[in-house]
Amino acid sequence: MQIQPILAALRHHKAGTVLIALQIALTLAIVCNALFIIHQRVAHLSEPSGIDEANLFVIDSQWAGQSSEKQIDAQMQADLAVLRQLPAVRDATASNSYPLQGGGWDDLITLTPDQVQKTTDATVYFGDEHFLDTLGIKLIAGRNFRADEVEPMSPRVAATPPAVIVTKALADRLYPDGSALGKQFYAMTTTPTTIVGIVQRLQRAEVDTWSREYAYQALIWPRRLDGTFGTKYIVRAKPGELAAAMREAPKALYVQSRLRIIDPKDGVLSFAEVRHRAYDSDRGTAILMGIICAVLLAITGAGIIGLTSFWVGQRRKQIGIRRALGATRRDILRYFQTENLLIAGAGVVVGAIFAVGLNLWMMRQLAMDRMPLLYVLAGVIVLLLLGQGAVFAPARRASRVSPVEATRSV
Amino acid sequence: MFGYYLDLALRSLKRNPALTALMVVAIGFGVAASMITYSVFRAVSGNPIPDKSAQLFTPQIDSWGPQQSFNGDGEPPQALDYTDAMALMRAHAAKRQTLLYPVQLSVMPGGNRSLPVKAEGYAVYGDFFPMFEVPFRYGNGWNTAQDDSRAPVIILSEEFSQKLFGDTDSVGREINLGGHDYHIVGVTRHWNPVPRFYNLFSSYGFQEPADFYIPFTRALDLRIATAGNNSCRGKLNINGWDGWLRSNCVWISPWVELDSPAEVVRYRNFLQGYAAEQQSSGRFNWAPNVRLRDVTQWLDFMHVVPPESRISLIVSLGFFVICLVNTVGLLLAKFMRRAGEIGVRRALGASRREIYMQFLIEAGTVGFAGGLLGLLLTVVGVSGVGLLFKPQIARLAHVDLSLMALTLAVAIVATVIAAFYPTWRAAHVQPAWHLRSN
Repeated sequence: MQIQPILAALRHHKAGTVLIALQIALTLAIVCNALFIIHQRVAHLSEPSGIDEANLFVIDSQWAGQSSEKQIDAQMQADLAVLRQLPAVRDATASNSYPLQGGGWDDLITLTPDQVQKTTDATVYFGDEHFLDTLGIKLIAGRNFRADEVEPMSPRVAATPPAVIVTKALADRLYPDGSALGKQFYAMTTTPTTIVGIVQRLQRAEVDTWSREYAYQALIWPRRLDGTFGTKYIVRAKPGELAAAMREAPKALYVQSRLRIIDPKDGVLSFAEVRHRAYDSDRGTAILMGIICAVLLAITGAGIIGLTSFWVGQRRKQIGIRRALGATRRDILRYFQTENLLIAGAGVVVGAIFAVGLNLWMMRQLAMDRMPLLYVLAGVIVLLLLGQGAVFAPARRASRVSPVEATRSV
Repeated sequence: MFGYYLDLALRSLKRNPALTALMVVAIGFGVAASMITYSVFRAVSGNPIPDKSAQLFTPQIDSWGPQQSFNGDGEPPQALDYTDAMALMRAHAAKRQTLLYPVQLSVMPGGNRSLPVKAEGYAVYGDFFPMFEVPFRYGNGWNTAQDDSRAPVIILSEEFSQKLFGDTDSVGREINLGGHDYHIVGVTRHWNPVPRFYNLFSSYGFQEPADFYIPFTRALDLRIATAGNNSCRGKLNINGWDGWLRSNCVWISPWVELDSPAEVVRYRNFLQGYAAEQQSSGRFNWAPNVRLRDVTQWLDFMHVVPPESRISLIVSLGFFVICLVNTVGLLLAKFMRRAGEIGVRRALGASRREIYMQFLIEAGTVGFAGGLLGLLLTVVGVSGVGLLFKPQIARLAHVDLSLMALTLAVAIVATVIAAFYPTWRAAHVQPAWHLRSN
């Protein structure tokens, strides 16, 4: 196939050629950045939480009328006893928050008592000896809390319990050599705490962008937090009985005491719903980018079909002459395919530069990550294939132009 | 002439229905994607209090020091601790000033309610209401004397008053919240500035209207803890309520009203002076580091517009540009195909101006059709925007007359602009050239 005559012909359609190439370039820039965003969002929302999500639900029980912390503590213990006795419930615990809640309590962690700058940051969960079983978290070193370690705690007292269970991520951050068990750290007071257990994985309460560098860093205090507003009961249903447990539990709590508020709308949430809410903006962004990519590729493809069809219509006579002079149908088909490859090739070269430029700009303006060049490569292949796919129908129509056309004067 | 050109345009568009449809669809999708994401962006980036946003300021004082700054960026904390907040109130360096924090209380059963209900509101100073132009349906705000006497007064929102007392004027009645009685002195009209600029420390800025407002001084007397964020640094030694008040924990949002640039300068100097005083008294171990941001600067600093909204808008606009490039190519092909016709018209005496008119009207027609399709897609898209954004944000996006007008206008103007180059080419067709070959 000779390229020279194709280039010569394109010189007669400068504007059209440039426009198609530009459209391909811009499409490439948007599509590979969108694919990168989709990939990142999907990767984020499919991060495991480390807990038995299928059987878990949470009840946000707010107090009404309980005036002292002592009263609140008694109420919490009574509630937990009621929940654990329900036939559909395997176990239950009370905490200040739960994984993927959004927001929550964080402590700054240091390794020495006089350190000013933090070593790292960890989500704080309060829990009793039922916490690990309720969430279905695997203990990989050390021990669980003993019942006698679990005490009430006031939210207005800064006191560090002597024992703590931490996630592997936190243990490794504090003691990278793997020696964390039995070691100490400080959590915003001058009293140290000792790591008595390490759990494999437990997601943070907050999974927003700012907390990414602290992913999976969490600690559990053996305390019941007597918060003045309310508490969160985390309940694990027996396998297959989640729906029943979710129906029974709030009723049983109201029977225990009516002096509480469980929001009728979102007071009781299955973990599927919690996950759905935690990642709704990630999912939404991925869907939007997906729609835009699909429509964009369709429009660019249709644009190529439209313009090529027009060119074929314009050149019917020339095609007829070439056919009459001995060119095969295949030659004509090849001609248009090669022409498209040249235009699309130029487009993707420019587009690759646009794509990287757009990514760099978004890194600066919107704190995006650097896009691996693999996405550009994938985008280039997609667009070249799209071009070839789009050009096929008009090119085949061109190849069917009869040599007789050469003899027609108009 | 317009009617005639319109007729020509419609005939020409009917000649290649597929090409016309492609242009209309491209413009329709492009403009709809841009408008859907814009409707969300508009909702989250709006000015919540346009006529006063340049007079309302939130002071920040670095009480943690450079080594423990909020995000490691040297900025002071985004709220005040109790010590600094009280010092600002006592100094009274602004005409109007308030401190505030979110509180959550329960309303015990009564009337037709068999279960307690939750109430969310704010502890504020009396200046809050005139400063933020809170509209009243019944009654008024409270005054400074009532702040000072820690009066057990309360202002309800219209919605909350309606929920508890029905559609009557509840001013003058008593209400028990969290076990304490309050005297209702006012009921606001529906008031929900979006984003909620005054409480960005404790929220993302998009919430239901508050239920009530009580005096800050009264709330502290009753030891009502903040229902919002509480952020502390260093090693804490807190043992109870008073210890918490004395700690470096920040949880109070301060606001001041400053009406002239001179007042702003004066207040900034005051803040600087206060921080310097704290340094010389030994409380702060670092040079004064204060900020005084107005509403717009504060919204910007707190990143109220979610990054998703910005990214979506940018990508959608990019998408629209590509749709327009597509349209330029197709219009060019379409117009140049009619070189013969243009040649005849030019030879018969049509001026370039008239050719311009004819083809721009044709482009405008395509733009109008694209705009109509775009409008339809926008309406469908905005109603499905809940799939794409957080529900609190999606709820704010809506189609109104201005968005509809904008959709049509953007579609038509963009298409006409896209048609300039193809039209220019068409107008410069050499009549003789085309007449000869045919």
